[in-house]
Amino acid sequence: MIRVQDLVKTFGSFTAVNDVSFDVAAGEIFAFLGPNGAGKTTTIKMMTTLLRPTSGAIELDGLDPRTHQNEVRQRFGIVFQDPSLDGDLTALENMEIHGVLYHVPHKVRKQRTEQLLKLFELWERRKDQVKKFSGGMKRRLEIARGFLHTPRILFLDEPTLGLDPQSRNQLWNHVKRVNEAERVTVFLTTHYMDEADRVAHRIGVIDHGKLVMQGTPKEIKEKTGTETLEDAFLKLTGSTIRDESADSADQMRQFAKMWSGGRR
Amino acid sequence: MSAIYILWLRELKRYTRSRAQIVASLGNPLLYLLVLGFGLGPVFQRAGNGNYLQFVAPGVIGMTVLFSSIFSGLGLLWDRQFGFLKETLVAPVSRLQIMIGRTLGGATVAVLQGLLVTVVCLIAGFRPVNWAWIPIALGFMVLIALLFAALGMAIGSGLQDMQGFQLIMNFLVMPIYFLSGALFPLKGLPKVLDYITKADPLSYGIDGMRNVLLGRASASFAPSLDLTVLVCVGSVLLVVGAWRFSKIEI
Repeated sequence: MIRVQDLVKTFGSFTAVNDVSFDVAAGEIFAFLGPNGAGKTTTIKMMTTLLRPTSGAIELDGLDPRTHQNEVRQRFGIVFQDPSLDGDLTALENMEIHGVLYHVPHKVRKQRTEQLLKLFELWERRKDQVKKFSGGMKRRLEIARGFLHTPRILFLDEPTLGLDPQSRNQLWNHVKRVNEAERVTVFLTTHYMDEADRVAHRIGVIDHGKLVMQGTPKEIKEKTGTETLEDAFLKLTGSTIRDESADSADQMRQFAKMWSGGRR
Repeated sequence: MSAIYILWLRELKRYTRSRAQIVASLGNPLLYLLVLGFGLGPVFQRAGNGNYLQFVAPGVIGMTVLFSSIFSGLGLLWDRQFGFLKETLVAPVSRLQIMIGRTLGGATVAVLQGLLVTVVCLIAGFRPVNWAWIPIALGFMVLIALLFAALGMAIGSGLQDMQGFQLIMNFLVMPIYFLSGALFPLKGLPKVLDYITKADPLSYGIDGMRNVLLGRASASFAPSLDLTVLVCVGSVLLVVGAWRFSKIEI
């Protein structure tokens, strides 16, 4: 379903993704793990048509994101690291906009919206403005929305960041249920190793832009001779802390917090 | 087509939902209208220019449309901040459609806001010379709104943070307003100021409304010139806005 071959992305003299190759089979849940700044998000951005690779090949459902941008976009759903909902609109309206943008026919849109909002336990609150939702509810809504146009692949970039264990647990149960019911391929990144261990069929570990190991959680633990995935991860990527400098988006986020009492 | 519609609808929904903001946005025009209208009125009259309230009303309406439309474009900054921009940019829809939907939405909101202020002006005592021409004045409002929504979009596409927003506000939006002849007649000005006011597209928008609402004698340019400038500059800005929007990276 996903095929990545010798993928490279450089920004000036910095190589963010360095010769990465992997395959994800249809219906599989693949976890992409790595410390901050390892190249996870850059890889996702390239797969989701948001960034052009410097070199290498990507295939999603047999299509190249570079040459078949809209066809590829139609085939995947994505939940970004940071929220992408419109807080002034209701849950239903957010779903509606998504459905229209993804060319989902009116009837199917209504049906699937109801089905997904019920599954993700948001149906009761469907007419509430999203800004009144808790962090966990927002995340659930984003994932429900990502499933709306029946994508073949769902990308989840750290979807559980900042959620309490209950919400995380519930969220993964939902994702697994849809994965099984609709055979959706799921490509996720997370910093919570226990989640990856429990949810993912296969795991790829990336560090400094290079894919250092891939396999089932069991294989990875065996190969590294460790008990838990967390230990395996630390063994593979070392225990130094990676500090990223705040980029302009982070700075703006802080600024916006001061203003979030305002209009949007 | 449906993508354009849904994004247009989104702008409208957001507008109608922010009641506090609608009321707040009437404060500024009211201040100009009442304080300047009644405060400067006697001086204006003595200088032989007639009723200042009559004169300033189209300016205040123009100001409202200007602010509202340019902010809608700069609203991109908010959407970038709160993430909704990404949702639209990864959708299988062309950037052009997204840009058109947003611009039309922003322009529609600006025109609604302009109509609201028109009503306020009428209540304050403003009287057009010919009521039947109000629809034509509306046409000028639409042109102003589209022009500045496109300008806002062109600028908003490049803005990364709020500091830039302040810069635009102080060095672009306020000058556009003050140099447009909204508050004073564009006659007998120093040469430099004369050139600047003639380079300001809002001058033609407000002048167009004065032509329609107050008659040719109260205006500075011919209505056909007003119309031509607005359409030409507006078209150029729409193209520039669409081009800049297509270049956004997230």
